[in-house]
Amino acid sequence: MATTSVAPSGARRPFTRRASAFLFRHRGVQLTFTLGPTLSWMVVIYLFSLVVLLISSFWTLNPLTAQVEHTWSLKNYQTILHGSVYWRVTLRTVLLAAAVTVTDVLLAFPLSYYAARMASPRVRNALLFAVVMPLWANYLVKVFAWKTMLAGGGPLDAFLGIFGWHPAVGTSIYAVWLTLSYIWLPYVILPILAAFERVPFSYLEASSDLGARSGRTFRKIVMPLVMPGVVAASIFSFSLTLGDYLAVSLVGKTLLLGNLIDQLAGGTANNKPLAAALAMIPLVIMAIYLLVARALHAFEAL
Amino acid sequence: MESRFVRIAVRLGAGFTMAFLYVPLVVVVIYAFNKSVSGAWPPQLFTLKWFHVAWQDSNLHTALWTSIVAAICATCIALLLGTLASFAVHRFSFFGRDAVSFILVLPIALPGIVTALALSSAVESSRTSIGLTFGLAAIILGHATFCVVVVYNNVIARLRRTPGSLTEASMDLGGDGPTTFRRVTLPNMRTALIAGALLAFGLSFDEIVVTKYLAGTVLTLPLWIYGNIQRAFNRPIVNVVALVVLVLSMIPIYIAQRLTGTAQGITSAEAEAEEAGPG
Repeated sequence: MATTSVAPSGARRPFTRRASAFLFRHRGVQLTFTLGPTLSWMVVIYLFSLVVLLISSFWTLNPLTAQVEHTWSLKNYQTILHGSVYWRVTLRTVLLAAAVTVTDVLLAFPLSYYAARMASPRVRNALLFAVVMPLWANYLVKVFAWKTMLAGGGPLDAFLGIFGWHPAVGTSIYAVWLTLSYIWLPYVILPILAAFERVPFSYLEASSDLGARSGRTFRKIVMPLVMPGVVAASIFSFSLTLGDYLAVSLVGKTLLLGNLIDQLAGGTANNKPLAAALAMIPLVIMAIYLLVARALHAFEAL
Repeated sequence: MESRFVRIAVRLGAGFTMAFLYVPLVVVVIYAFNKSVSGAWPPQLFTLKWFHVAWQDSNLHTALWTSIVAAICATCIALLLGTLASFAVHRFSFFGRDAVSFILVLPIALPGIVTALALSSAVESSRTSIGLTFGLAAIILGHATFCVVVVYNNVIARLRRTPGSLTEASMDLGGDGPTTFRRVTLPNMRTALIAGALLAFGLSFDEIVVTKYLAGTVLTLPLWIYGNIQRAFNRPIVNVVALVVLVLSMIPIYIAQRLTGTAQGITSAEAEAEEAGPG
């Protein structure tokens, strides 16, 4: 029946038939055709790029000619190891990443709990949707929103002024902390919300039947169950904070890993090899973080 | 089960978080109509003047066009690669299958400056060998690399929900491979493909972190915003452009979310739950 209905293209059909029969018998060929292009793309473009970055971190910049010398040397890594500024910036960035993560987790908890346990399915879906839309909103628009919010005499000043509070947030590290916490918040909420939804209702009932109050139930039952979700969420807030170089310099003046690497890579410094070596710091921190997260089974909750 | 106090506290906390998510965006919308150049709150007079000023900026037209072209090209590549990869992972078992989605999400999950610097180093080192230079082509290559994952997530989630019996029924009724693909598999995938493409488009259209390192002298819309965001004098126009960009990129994202019926982030929880990580 199929063959009669496609009579007009009958001339082509035998070939496609033979081709599909061939592919059906040779699954390896089929796999090569489906997975091959994507895998080669990722390897050729992305992994190759990372390797180039690693290699270029062993090159050096000749300070006299301002040319990159393609000879292997550990000079950049020695510079980083001996320069206390790099250590301080790394520590500051890690602390900021931790602060942003904690802030976002604290903000995510009540909303996730509400959506997963207290809201009707309709409200829950609406909330989920409302969380996802800002995630996809333009990054620079979100940065700009906070520049506007934080400006002297702007909305935040006016709002806090009602309570007689005039903190000079300005372009301090608190401005960076607020902005980054804002931008990464939806990334943090989604895994935590998913984790809350996986908590079986009956466990909470059992806990309260056995005499635990809500505080105890939360600590002993809910927390351990949502922890993989929290770790999965923190991968995003941590990694994104470590690697951010735009928001941190648009709303603040603090030197952090991202904008330090950015400044070294371009502008007057133009020391790409040193920037590449410095970029290994967030990369290594994230590699360790991912290994720990994997050990905590956080990937299943991602 | 929760005490009254806890219920009220949770409600207040949830309300605060929602306010935190939306107040800054509402502020952007309000300020776009602000007549004054100053950012003092509250705005006294409202106007549409800045929309008119922005409309006449020819740099903006070029930037918008570049962004659209880059996003369309990156989306096409991502659509092809993401779909192929999801079919491979769904249909076959092979060594390292669990690592596929991990590799795909890497360009987004790794710190932004690392991805940006790595791609720019690669372009620079391949300039002499294959003649790739900074500009539109480099932007498209870079964008496509991290757009693959959103297409992949959408398509594989749909493949998993599609019962294998449909394909078998088609084959039993005499449909050959291509016919089954065209008449059964593809129609079934359609909304997932469209949603993946729209999300990829949105991701590329908004991208700045990597774009800034690949663009050379080419101007995309986010790069235009970046160039003007620091100039206090240009703030009203930036604000108008910010509002337009917000609305423009929210439309495809909104449609994509409606099509799939699930709210999804960049790593869709649905697809990732069974798939992510080499663990």
